Amino acid sequence: MNTPESKPLTLPLSVKATMALRLFAIQGVWTYETMIGNGIAFAMEPALRRLPGGPTGERYRTAMVRNSGYFNAHPYLAAVAVGALARAELEGLPEAQIDRFRTAAPGPLGSVGDRLIWAGWLPLCSALGLLAFGLGATPAGVVMIFLGVYNVGHIALRIWALHAGWRDGLRVAHALGNPVLRQGPAHVARATALVAGIALPVAAQGIIGPGRALLGGVLAAVAVGALVVTALHGKYEGWRLAIFALAAFVLFSVVR
Amino acid sequence: MIDALAVDLLQLIPLAVLGAVMGLDVVSFPQAMISRPIVAATAAGALIGHADRGLAIGVALEFFALESLPFGASRYPEWGSAAVVGGALFAMTPDNIPAAMTIAVLAALITASIGGNSMVWMRKFLARVAHRRAAALAEGSGRAIVGLQLAGMTADLLRGFVLTLLALACFSPLRTLVLATFTFPATLARAFVVSVASAVGLAAVWKVVRMTAGARWWLLGGLAVGFAVAGGLG
Repeated sequence: MNTPESKPLTLPLSVKATMALRLFAIQGVWTYETMIGNGIAFAMEPALRRLPGGPTGERYRTAMVRNSGYFNAHPYLAAVAVGALARAELEGLPEAQIDRFRTAAPGPLGSVGDRLIWAGWLPLCSALGLLAFGLGATPAGVVMIFLGVYNVGHIALRIWALHAGWRDGLRVAHALGNPVLRQGPAHVARATALVAGIALPVAAQGIIGPGRALLGGVLAAVAVGALVVTALHGKYEGWRLAIFALAAFVLFSVVR
Repeated sequence: MIDALAVDLLQLIPLAVLGAVMGLDVVSFPQAMISRPIVAATAAGALIGHADRGLAIGVALEFFALESLPFGASRYPEWGSAAVVGGALFAMTPDNIPAAMTIAVLAALITASIGGNSMVWMRKFLARVAHRRAAALAEGSGRAIVGLQLAGMTADLLRGFVLTLLALACFSPLRTLVLATFTFPATLARAFVVSVASAVGLAAVWKVVRMTAGARWWLLGGLAVGFAVAGGLG
């Protein structure tokens, strides 16, 4: 059994690289029973092959069963759990300790990831893309700006998360206190507010085409529409209301 | 003019492949956000030969997509395949036809809704696949874990392909029919769809940033700058 006391635990770069690549498919099987559990085991599997007995050994099989069970986290930050659990399994830590981590980790890994990425980085990059369009960037330019900026953050986060998980093992909780993760969402939200505020009118101006003749009406409709969608938040989603509004508009135009 | 809207079935196959790849990106692999409308619709437009028109509808759809972020196990629309459908329909329509954007956005929104449901059906299907392999999974078979993962991604790829193909096959003739009988002028048609998209986009941004201290002022400041810049560009 490898332990931190007996010798430093290391993983070859090729194994880490394979795990990092597999992380991109961590949600390949998403079910309501195990969420991303199968993906966690799938991403850890290259490391688990190094357990005594190899991929046919008892420890490998036990670890695969344990780690393919229910697990839910943000897909990018799940890499923290993959690294930490891989280390714990290779160190031969007690099953109860691993299970406690598997129970405790999903909440923080989900909420931090949701705030930082889904409610922060993604809308910010989206707004940057919209702004680039409004300012006249070419289609290729808009796509490159959006994908380039977004994926610098995305890929860096996945790599950092795997590294932090592997480095700290089950003591990785303090890594989630990283200033980027703690204070980052608030800064990103303010940047999103500013960039989106600039981007929305500029991008709308870029697609309004012949509708510019009715600009006053458009501005009034946007203000009223945004208030209605905000007031109905939690009951009806705006994009669903839009289906009914657009369908009614088209139908009226056709049958009148 | 409307004859120019007829779509060859063979033309739909590459678009369906693109829809499959974009649909896969939404959740399964690699979540690099190539499925966002601003990318997927532009790619569809480029495939037709009008990347600029694909981008224009991608921008309109991106306003809606800002509202539905893929939080955890929540149900959300599938924008990847839907944006390919919207981008293709708009790019295939000649420039001077009124309501082209209105119809394409409506078709994309309906496809996104159906696509969201199709992801739920697929998740239930994958649970049944996992149950069938329960014995191998309970033994800790690495081959079973990897096989299940590959099966899931393959199923998602097929889901996106079928969804995009069926949506385009349905909406292409419907679009021809509606555009031939549409009576509102182009000014009103475009103003209406941009108003709806912008209202949803603005409300979505507000929803995202309202809980952060000071963010509402940043949003208001940004809007002021945005209107000034838009006025200058217009």
